[in-house]
Amino acid sequence: MTDQTPALRLEGIVKAFPGVRALDNVSFAVMPGEVHALMGENGAGKSTLMKVLGGIHQPNEGQIIVGEVPTVMTSPLQAKSKGIVFIHQELSLAEELSVAENIYLGELPLKSFGRVDWAKLYAQTNAILEKLKVGFNAKTRVGDLSIANQQMVEIARALTVEAKAVIFDEPTASLTDAEKVVLFDVIADLKSQGVGIIYISHRMEEIFKITDRISVLRDGQYQGTVVTAETDEEGVTQMMIGRKLDLSRAAVTHELGDIALEVRDLSCGKLFENVSFQVRRGEVLGFYGLVGAGRTEIAETLFGLRNPSGGTIHLDGNEIRINSPADAIAMGISLVPEDRKGQGLVLGMNCRDNMTLPQVSDLTAGPFVAEGAEIAIFDQYRDKLDIRTPGWKQTVGNLSGGNQQKIVIGKWLSMHPNVLIVDEPTRGIDVGSKSEIHNLIRELAAQGYAVIVISSEMPEVLHVSDRIVAMYSGKVMRTFTSEEVTEDNLIQAISGITPANKVA
Amino acid sequence: MATLSKQDIGKILARQGILIAFAFFIIGFTLANGRFLSPDNVMGVIRSSAILGVMALGVTFVVISGNLDLSVGSMMSFSTIVVLDLHDKIGPALAIPAMFAMTLCLGAFIGFLVGYLKLNSLIVTLGMLSAIHGLTLTYSGGQNMDIADKDGTWFDVFGQGTALGIPVPILIFLALAALLGIVLAKTPFGRKVYAVGGNGTAATFSGIKRARTVFLCYLMSAGCVATAGLIQASRSMGSQNTVGQGLELEVLAAVILGGASLLGGSGTIFKTVIGVLILGFIQNGLLLVGLQFYVQFVVTWIIIILAVWLDIAAKRGKLWSNIA
Repeated sequence: MTDQTPALRLEGIVKAFPGVRALDNVSFAVMPGEVHALMGENGAGKSTLMKVLGGIHQPNEGQIIVGEVPTVMTSPLQAKSKGIVFIHQELSLAEELSVAENIYLGELPLKSFGRVDWAKLYAQTNAILEKLKVGFNAKTRVGDLSIANQQMVEIARALTVEAKAVIFDEPTASLTDAEKVVLFDVIADLKSQGVGIIYISHRMEEIFKITDRISVLRDGQYQGTVVTAETDEEGVTQMMIGRKLDLSRAAVTHELGDIALEVRDLSCGKLFENVSFQVRRGEVLGFYGLVGAGRTEIAETLFGLRNPSGGTIHLDGNEIRINSPADAIAMGISLVPEDRKGQGLVLGMNCRDNMTLPQVSDLTAGPFVAEGAEIAIFDQYRDKLDIRTPGWKQTVGNLSGGNQQKIVIGKWLSMHPNVLIVDEPTRGIDVGSKSEIHNLIRELAAQGYAVIVISSEMPEVLHVSDRIVAMYSGKVMRTFTSEEVTEDNLIQAISGITPANKVA
Repeated sequence: MATLSKQDIGKILARQGILIAFAFFIIGFTLANGRFLSPDNVMGVIRSSAILGVMALGVTFVVISGNLDLSVGSMMSFSTIVVLDLHDKIGPALAIPAMFAMTLCLGAFIGFLVGYLKLNSLIVTLGMLSAIHGLTLTYSGGQNMDIADKDGTWFDVFGQGTALGIPVPILIFLALAALLGIVLAKTPFGRKVYAVGGNGTAATFSGIKRARTVFLCYLMSAGCVATAGLIQASRSMGSQNTVGQGLELEVLAAVILGGASLLGGSGTIFKTVIGVLILGFIQNGLLLVGLQFYVQFVVTWIIIILAVWLDIAAKRGKLWSNIA
């Protein structure tokens, strides 16, 4: 392999955005017939690198070499004409058209007077489909195909040109196991034809199954390339995060206070039914379950975004009714929502204004907003939460995910809530900030806050929680103490295997 | 770093393009006609922009909250006709508050539909544009309204009076601009308007009453329209039913020229005032250099389209889109 000319080579690619060096001197090469994994945390620069390859961004420095020819990419279409083809995670197919029309969209074979040469179109298409060994033909309507087969159409589209390199971006995200096998066969096939393949994925299992070498990016910097057979998951993880990830249980132990929030038999239609739990001051109560288990819906009900169909909510022993977020906030129930950018922040606003938004009506001097008091609050929580921003005037949209999340957390802490609900505290946040947020949650509990953490990541929920509520299909299956819980019994509970009569 | 990349130039154009173009206009017009920058002419431009300007102040709130208001033109006709009619029936002192109350009711209705019922503001205000026009015609029976005794009333002060040597319409416009500028920039309500327009969901998740905020924006817009109708009625002391026709688009043009995004969440009163003046000076300049009145419509719309283009270009950081 070493003597060959790479199918695609990147040399010293630099791409800077205002305030960020998204790619800093990235170089690596894909050999013909090689499956080359590209890995890195969210924000490590993978997407930017793909956009540079596809000509959507122009690099500030460095060059892209296809075969032996340095090439300037100007658009994905032009990249394709050079033999660099992208298979995206999100499909971009016209569902109402046939497979053949989709594959040759924009370049349909024509007869005289601009009429489509259907015979030729179907023949060409079927020739490609045969190579892929798929179970549908050129005339099938794309909307009738499964997601996996639609992905095959995307791949077929890639094969209409003589591809030198094919880039798969999280191709298995929406595939079943059986469908993955078909995809891996196709990749193996491409490989045997001498095509270079860049395979982007977070899934270690796949990476170790199908790739030959692994290149890692971290914070926009190229960390090196390793031969897959010579490393293991831990080695790659270490390259990605720069150190070992500490996910042991937090050691903080402190006295628990009174029950802050108690929920009895709370139901909301079919979203969740007869949910009961209590959370004390100084305690972190974790909620774990599959997507759709009803965890977020419970949080939204407690925050006044949904009306419960039954059951009661008690705050400090008194039954309360919550009809709107404003009610919830007035009673000291705060929600750090799962969709930080969509629900948590006004991205175009500055840091200070975002942080003081819920209390802006109270922070007044006469009829005006007391901006001095706002800045004081911002400064206090910037220091307390270690928010890294040039200043309060910075637009929130320009901050990293971790710092954005801290702004949302600071927004609620500055109002001294009784109960803090954190839904997916570290979604889309880089590993370093992740453990900071975890520590912060533990610290808040130590300071006497009652904290509810909802998470889809088991290590996270195990790491931060004092007790864990396991949910399945809208019902509480079991509440574990930290002594009882193991990965196994937790997984069983959220899969609906544990009988409900074990509720603690 | 001394050289500007294409992208940088694009960004500068997107942010300052209107001002740069405006500067060229001013220089060009001044060269073509020396009277362009004379105090009389400048004052004249501001005075004739005052009605449009007062309406644009209110629409600025609506646009920043993420909505549109296309009903302000016909609503202004309504206010003008109503106050002229009531002037002779119940006297100016009662006619003015009565007209304000009726106009605010229209604003409240729109605010209810868009804010509380969450209907699309384009559809609602486009519908109200026609509906209010019909209402005005029904009210007036299709007749022009005139004040019978034009010399025996103080009603002309709002449109024709001067104070400290400055025409009253200009004073009203600037005073209202200062007041609303402070409301938008310095009060909790103003902050909520930005939040609701910037990200309505996040505003709700922060306990802000989104529907109420939108409702209040339309109420403010109606209040501004009533003020504009008052100036219009007082200036002409008589009016056709269609006096405000087409103003809704000029108002919107001024707000966008000022740099408020149609997507909501950005813009300021000061920028809107600049947008109003740019529009006024360009129209005046075109007249002074001898272009037909009708050419104004064409040029005005070229400017609006240019402004929308720059607005989008600023969003994506460049003037051209890669995707054909």
